[in-house]
Amino acid sequence: MERIPILKMGDLLLVTIQVDMHDRLAIALQDDLMNRIASTSARGVLIDISALEIVDSFIGRMIGNIAAMSRVLDAETVVVGMRPAVAITLVELGLSLSGVRTALNVEKGMNLLQASLPLPAEESADGHNEE
Amino acid sequence: MITKSKIPNILEVYEEELLKDWVQEQLASSTRRADLISESELRQQSAEFLEAFRQASHGDNLLDITTPQWDHVREILTELSRSRAQHGFTASETATFIFSLKQPLFARLHQELEKNADTLSEENWAATVLLDKLGLFTTEVHQQNREAVIARQQQELLELSTPVVKLWEGILVLPLIGTLDSARTQVIMESLLQQIVESEATIAIIDITGVPTVDTLVAQHLLKTVAAARLMGADCIISGIRPQIAQTIVQLGVDLNEVTTKASLAAAFRLALQQSGQNVTETPQDAARR
Amino acid sequence: MVITKNDTVPVRSSEDIVRVRQAVRTWAIDLGFGLVDQTKLVTAASELARNTVNHGGGGTVRMEALNNAAHRGLQLTFEDHGAGIADIELALRDGYTTGSGLGLGLGGARRLANEFEIESRPGEGTRVRIVRWT
Repeated sequence: MERIPILKMGDLLLVTIQVDMHDRLAIALQDDLMNRIASTSARGVLIDISALEIVDSFIGRMIGNIAAMSRVLDAETVVVGMRPAVAITLVELGLSLSGVRTALNVEKGMNLLQASLPLPAEESADGHNEE
Repeated sequence: MITKSKIPNILEVYEEELLKDWVQEQLASSTRRADLISESELRQQSAEFLEAFRQASHGDNLLDITTPQWDHVREILTELSRSRAQHGFTASETATFIFSLKQPLFARLHQELEKNADTLSEENWAATVLLDKLGLFTTEVHQQNREAVIARQQQELLELSTPVVKLWEGILVLPLIGTLDSARTQVIMESLLQQIVESEATIAIIDITGVPTVDTLVAQHLLKTVAAARLMGADCIISGIRPQIAQTIVQLGVDLNEVTTKASLAAAFRLALQQSGQNVTETPQDAARR
Repeated sequence: MVITKNDTVPVRSSEDIVRVRQAVRTWAIDLGFGLVDQTKLVTAASELARNTVNHGGGGTVRMEALNNAAHRGLQLTFEDHGAGIADIELALRDGYTTGSGLGLGLGGARRLANEFEIESRPGEGTRVRIVRWT
């Protein structure tokens, strides 16, 4: 079974979900991500869902789980790029994702993570000092 | 009632001539609308209908067009009516499609049955009833479709006139004006969310100063929009809530705890600037002028 | 009301859930549904398909394209012969879960559809029908 790739960028882990995931793939992602956070002592996780055309309760719960579990491992999670149609549907579905921080895109997501974590300047993702 | 109508037989035997005469009737009619449909299209539609009509007439329920044997005919008429409605035909013009089949059909009935006056009159009656029902069916469908077209046009107008303004870097304002009904609110909210993505805004101010009343449905739409925006990574501030509306909202039991609200657009703007890390300061000259 | 197209698709594995999502998306696009409506339909289908696989022991979904002269619609009927649901009211209530997340599935699907109907008998199985109109 193929797995979703996880990129390491300094203290952050970046996951871009680009396929319509079946349930087992989602669970595998959850497991892989937790293992990677632990093994790399990552402080932040960025999940890019801008390519997802739907997010159902299973995926929604997966995202919520990742955020909660990461926090236990001392990492912050930000989910970026949710599409308007997906957001509207999730609200109708009744999924609040209240424990999950969100941002419009990867750039803003990174800013959010860097603002909330005391990352040393040399390790900021885009290679120069953040103000 | 007729035990076995001659109509199916006539449709079978005279199919080609019926088609020819029928098309001619339509072309000669004052409701021809050559501007909306070409002769070849007309011919094609007529042939398709006649074929289905012929097949359907063989069942036991010749005069009950709601029965399954007439499903395909109704399908064809539904599609035809829908397409003609979209092209701008009136209901009568569309119904003429069916009614103009009467004359050719009567002519053939007369030809076959002129020796038997009773049977002829019974068959004429059956043909009339049948074609009337089908004609009325197209009128009904046409009506529903015109209404659907108008509704869609209204929707498109709404979408075009949705007033989302970029107030500042990363800050949008949606000034809502007039009575909000459920459909309009939905369209406007979807448009706002789309604008948030396109302008990469992190804060959207929804100003309802110009909205006289808010009912439960509209309030719920507002709340859902705020929730959806948050999921996307943007915050919403609802401003311009007049005392009456505040009262209505509380009376309706709508829970605004999760939502930031400000009485005025100015206050909302100031808050938005603060939240996006910016501040408006007064220079000494401004202070002196004030 | 006329059914202009229909098809029955197996719903037995998590891969089938993905296939159902894609099929519903395609049909919804063909019927002229707008993007938000498509998304709601596909999401509702995903929830119900998952229930069919995880709780119904696998089953089928019957897809029907409808036309009632004013609107087009997409009707999905999920059917399984699994354990069934003893207390439907309870299952429809959000948050109710037997562990693998029956929680939001039914109630959520109902909110996302224009029409919703469910029949279930413990030991016999479950049938859920939803419709969304343009």
